[in-house]
Amino acid sequence: MIEILLFATIKAGTPLLFATLGAILMERSGVINLGVEGLMLVGALTGFAAAHTTDSLFMGVITAFFAAMAAGAIHGFICVYLRGNQIVSGLSLTMFGIGITSLFGRSFVGLTISGFSKVEIPVLSKIPYIGQALFNQDVLVYFSILLVVAIHIFFYRTKTGLYLRSVGENPGAADTSGINVGLYRMSAVLVGSGLAGLGGAYLSLAYTPFWVENMTAGRGWIAVALVIFAQWNSTRAMAGAYLFGGINAVQLRMQAMGTSLSPHLLMMLPYLFTIAVLVIATLRLEKGSTPEPEALGTPYDREDRK
Amino acid sequence: MKKLLLLAVLASFLILPGCSKKKEEETKAPEAAPAATAAPAGKEIRAAFVYVGPVGDGGWTFAHDLGRQMMAKLPYVKDVTFIESVPEGAESTRIITSLAQKGYNLIFTTSFGYMDPTIEVASKFPDVVFMHCSGYKTAENVGTYFGRIYQPRYLSGMVAGKMTKTNVIGYVAAFPIPEVIRGINAFTLGVRSVNPKAVVKVVWTQTWFDPGKERDAAESLLDVKADVITMHQDTPAPLQAAEKRGAFAIGYNSDMSSQIPGAWLTAPVWNWGTLYEEIAKEVHEGTWKSGKIWYGLEHNLVDLAPMSKLVPADVQELVNAKKAELASGKDEIFTGPIKDNTGKVVVEAGKSLTDDEKLSMNFLVEGVQGTIPK
Repeated sequence: MIEILLFATIKAGTPLLFATLGAILMERSGVINLGVEGLMLVGALTGFAAAHTTDSLFMGVITAFFAAMAAGAIHGFICVYLRGNQIVSGLSLTMFGIGITSLFGRSFVGLTISGFSKVEIPVLSKIPYIGQALFNQDVLVYFSILLVVAIHIFFYRTKTGLYLRSVGENPGAADTSGINVGLYRMSAVLVGSGLAGLGGAYLSLAYTPFWVENMTAGRGWIAVALVIFAQWNSTRAMAGAYLFGGINAVQLRMQAMGTSLSPHLLMMLPYLFTIAVLVIATLRLEKGSTPEPEALGTPYDREDRK
Repeated sequence: MKKLLLLAVLASFLILPGCSKKKEEETKAPEAAPAATAAPAGKEIRAAFVYVGPVGDGGWTFAHDLGRQMMAKLPYVKDVTFIESVPEGAESTRIITSLAQKGYNLIFTTSFGYMDPTIEVASKFPDVVFMHCSGYKTAENVGTYFGRIYQPRYLSGMVAGKMTKTNVIGYVAAFPIPEVIRGINAFTLGVRSVNPKAVVKVVWTQTWFDPGKERDAAESLLDVKADVITMHQDTPAPLQAAEKRGAFAIGYNSDMSSQIPGAWLTAPVWNWGTLYEEIAKEVHEGTWKSGKIWYGLEHNLVDLAPMSKLVPADVQELVNAKKAELASGKDEIFTGPIKDNTGKVVVEAGKSLTDDEKLSMNFLVEGVQGTIPK
């Protein structure tokens, strides 16, 4: 039973994980993106469309990444180079994503593809209790876990990662020391958007291999909240994504097994945790340290440098 | 510069999420007219439909649109338009008003949430006939209509009861409202009529539309040995999960057999066309009166989709015989003795639930494993 629950938890958490990692990457550079939901939809549709027409799931993943990247480029251009309002731009990106995928997705409704299947990793998958859940998943799940590690190393062990974080903390100082703030921010938005697109593609290529309008059903917004839950940290993002996915898996299975605990109560838990994390983070803030990028949401203009 | 940009983005807000409007004028060739001259020259119909989802949803709205297309073929129907993806609430009031202002004289609003807007707009346009689907409020010029989808649900339950080997059937339920509860009960009564040992396990997703979660719910039912899965939502996700695990699938709303070839058994489906033709005819002849329509198999408003090859011939025969009985008007699905799943008798022997009792159903029958979330 534990194995089944863990397996379902990881599957349900993976689309959230991709999207949250993408959002963290963007926010670390100082650009907030409320368009994650829209980007996920773009990824879900283009990924499905490409996989269906070319008959290759790999092509689907690649297309989803680049299509979401292209959609994210609009946001990047507005926020980084035109110094527009990031909240407004992000919200309209979500609206844009919903609209354009409904429009072009119509002809793909009702079609099916086979979707990613499980790949068992020898030896490791034989570990009792966790083996089957962790090491008998599809390739995208493995990729998302590798990504968590990669982003962690990138942030804290590479010079580029350090520069990126400094751009998000104090773009003025970064600029003075010769870092190209615009380039760093734009690249972060592009790659981050691509990752959000992968989150969507996971839904349409592995989780429920078909396309329907609005199939992300609000997961993009949960990802935006998870960034705060994770305190802009990729490993905590993994914990958060699996927590949100896990609660859902648990409450459905508890119903199926016939327990009388209210599903509403369980569904509330992740949000209670989010509030708790916010409270703890704010208390820490009073002591003078906060993981939130200092320049988050503020456009950088060399002329206004303080 | 910034202000300009902000303005531009705000403007795009106004344009983008707006519901897409489509017009489909079905003008009749004059040659078709002589056929209709036998009938007294009545009112020319200009009809409009307000949809909650996109026509391409493959489910609820798709089924309504098939009905609209049937109605459009009537000789006295001058044009039939529709507006899709209209959010329930204030936006729908504006849309319904604009349709009435444009001179449409028969307006169908096809979602529960349009009930109050429909009543409100109707009071300002007494000459326009409004038909609201699935609500309970009527007015001089507002009628309601809905179908006894529980009848084909009962039939699909019989199929499930015959096909299950583990005697566990999984039901992915939407929200705990009477419509959904009635479906679960009719289905279970159908199951138990052919297989008294089988149980129906229910999981509530509290969604109408979230493929990921609905799939998860189906998985959780498959994990507790369910080998037939059915659902109330619009997406095929629970059925795909069933197919992948080698279980059977029973759909809802429309025939998805091509999407789930390896597991598809059948589905309760809607046929709105005949009802829409009937209403248009009444309005045309001036005989239309406000009322509450709740038709079943006898009017062919609801039906059971063709059973797939996976269903053995003798089961098909049995189900078709029951269908013929229901279609002849003999509907004893909710006739006692019926116990709820705590053992209490809810319908005594020889008694039947009235339509009002059916519409406000709030118990789960014996054989359902699950509770109504409070």
